[in-house]
Amino acid sequence: MSISEKTSLAQEPALVVDDVVKRFGRGTEIVTAVDHVSFTVRQGEFVSVIGPSGCGKSTLFNIIGGLLSDYEGAVKIGEERISAPHPAVGMVFQEESTFPWRTVIDNVAFPLELQGVAKSERMDRAHHFIDMVGLASFEKAFPSQLSGGMKQRVSIARILVSQPKILLMDEPFAALDEQTRLLLGDKITQIQQELNQTTLLITHNLTEAVQLSDRIVVMTYRPGQVKRIVDINLPRPRTSDVVGSDAFGHYVAEIWNDLREEASRGMADSESAASRRATHG
Amino acid sequence: MAEAFLRRHTPELFGLATLLVCVLGFEALIRGGVVNRYIIPPPSDILLAFERVIVEENILARCRDTAFEMLVAGGASVLVGVPIGVLLYRSALWRRAMEDWIGALAAAPIVLAFPLFLVLFGRSPKTIIVMGFVHGLAPIILKTVEGLASTRPVLINVGRSLKMTQSQMFWKILLPSAMPIIFTGIRLSWTFVLITIVGIEYLINLGGVGQLINELAERYDLPGTYAGICFVILVSVLFFLALERVESWLQPGR
Repeated sequence: MSISEKTSLAQEPALVVDDVVKRFGRGTEIVTAVDHVSFTVRQGEFVSVIGPSGCGKSTLFNIIGGLLSDYEGAVKIGEERISAPHPAVGMVFQEESTFPWRTVIDNVAFPLELQGVAKSERMDRAHHFIDMVGLASFEKAFPSQLSGGMKQRVSIARILVSQPKILLMDEPFAALDEQTRLLLGDKITQIQQELNQTTLLITHNLTEAVQLSDRIVVMTYRPGQVKRIVDINLPRPRTSDVVGSDAFGHYVAEIWNDLREEASRGMADSESAASRRATHG
Repeated sequence: MAEAFLRRHTPELFGLATLLVCVLGFEALIRGGVVNRYIIPPPSDILLAFERVIVEENILARCRDTAFEMLVAGGASVLVGVPIGVLLYRSALWRRAMEDWIGALAAAPIVLAFPLFLVLFGRSPKTIIVMGFVHGLAPIILKTVEGLASTRPVLINVGRSLKMTQSQMFWKILLPSAMPIIFTGIRLSWTFVLITIVGIEYLINLGGVGQLINELAERYDLPGTYAGICFVILVSVLFFLALERVESWLQPGR
C-alpha cells in the first residue's frame, strides 16, 4: 500500500453520524433529545462529545452503540446503518459493569468465550489486554477486591480484547476522583496510541475531553445539536503533563465559553422545573 | 501462632463462649429453683441424655430419615421453584397475577393442612416430603423473581452490546447476578421445609426425629425431648453448612 493510500485510509471516516434525530414521548409530550446531529470520526482518531446534562449525550451513545434503534438519520460504519449492537463497536459504560462473580481474567475473556474462542487462546489474549491496562498482578482477583478505577480498567480491557474497530465510552471515569481520572486518562491515551484505536468519548468533563481528544464536538442544551467542532492541536504522544500547558488552558477556556451558555440554560431549566414541582406540591 | 489463631477465629470463639454462658446461666437458674425443672430440664441432664437417645433410641438413624426427607423436599423445592420463578419473571401478566397468591402460600400454616395430605398420600414419608416441598416452594419462587428483576441494567446492556442470545443472557448474566438473592430464598425455604418435616413427623407420629421427640414427650422424658431437639438443630446446621459451601462454590468472589 502506498503512502498516499495509507493517508487516505487514515482520513476515511470509521464512523459517520449523519443528521441523527431522536425524539421521546408522544403527542404534545414529545421531547427532542438529539436534533440533526452530524459529525464523523476518522480511523485512529479520538473524538469527544461534550455538553451539559440533558443535551442528549447518553441518547447519542445508545444510538451509536445500537441500543436505541428507533431514530431518524443514520449512524454508519462503512456503508452499514447501525440499528442494533454492531461487532465493530465496543461499549464502555458509565456505571461499573464488571461481573462480580468472575475474576478479572474471566471478565476480560468473556467476549471471547461468547465467540467460542479456545480457552488457551482467550486466556492469552485476555492476559495481553490486562497487562495493557496495568492490572497484570490482579488477574485472579475478583471485582470486589478492586478500586473503582481498577474496575473501569477491567471493563475497558474486556472491550479491547475483542478488538473493536471503534471504542465507544460513556463517561467511564465519572465516578472517579480527579487524580485517578487524570492518571486513567494517561492510560487511555497510551492504549489509544499503541493500538491506533478509533475512540469516541461521551463526557461532560471539559479537562478530560481536552486532555484526550483530537477533536471535540460541543453540544447545545436540549434539544442536543452540534454547536461547534473544535480541533485540539496538542502534541502527541500526550500525557497528563499537558494539563499544565498554556495551550491546554486556552482550549479549556475556549470550549467553556461555548459551554457556559448551554450549561446556564440547563441549570435554569432544572431550577424552574424544581420550582414548578415545589409550587404544585 | 496461638495468637494468630485467636485473632482469626474470634467471632466463632465469641459465639461459643456466649452459648456456654447461656447454658451455664440456665443451669444455675434451674438448679436455684428460679426456672421450673419440669418445664426446662437442667442442661447437664440434657447432655447426659445424649448417650441414651443415641444408644437406646437410635436417634442417628432417625436423623438420617429426617435428613433424607429434608434433602428430597428441599431439593425438589429448588428444582421446581427456580424454573417457576424464571417463568414468572419472563411473563409480567403471570407475575402480577400470581405473586400475591404465592406470598400468601409462604405465610400460610401449611402444617395444619396435614389431614388433607394424609388422605392424598397416606401415612407415609411421601406425605411428609410433599408437605415440606409445598411449604418450601414459595420463598424460592419469590426470591428467584426478585433476584432476576434486580439484575443491574448496565449488566444487561453489556450483554446486549455483546450481541448475546437470550439463552446466553440468562445463563451468563441474569442467573449468576440473581444467585445471591436466590440463595436467600433457598435458606428461607429450607427453614420452612425443616420446620414442616419435623412438625409433620411429630403430628402424624411417623419417621425421623419429629416422631422420636413426640414419643419422648409422651413418656415425659424431658431431658431426652430436649436432646432430640438439639439433634434437629444439628441436622439444620449441617444442611446450612452444606448450603454455604455450595453457595461459595457457585459464587466465588462475593
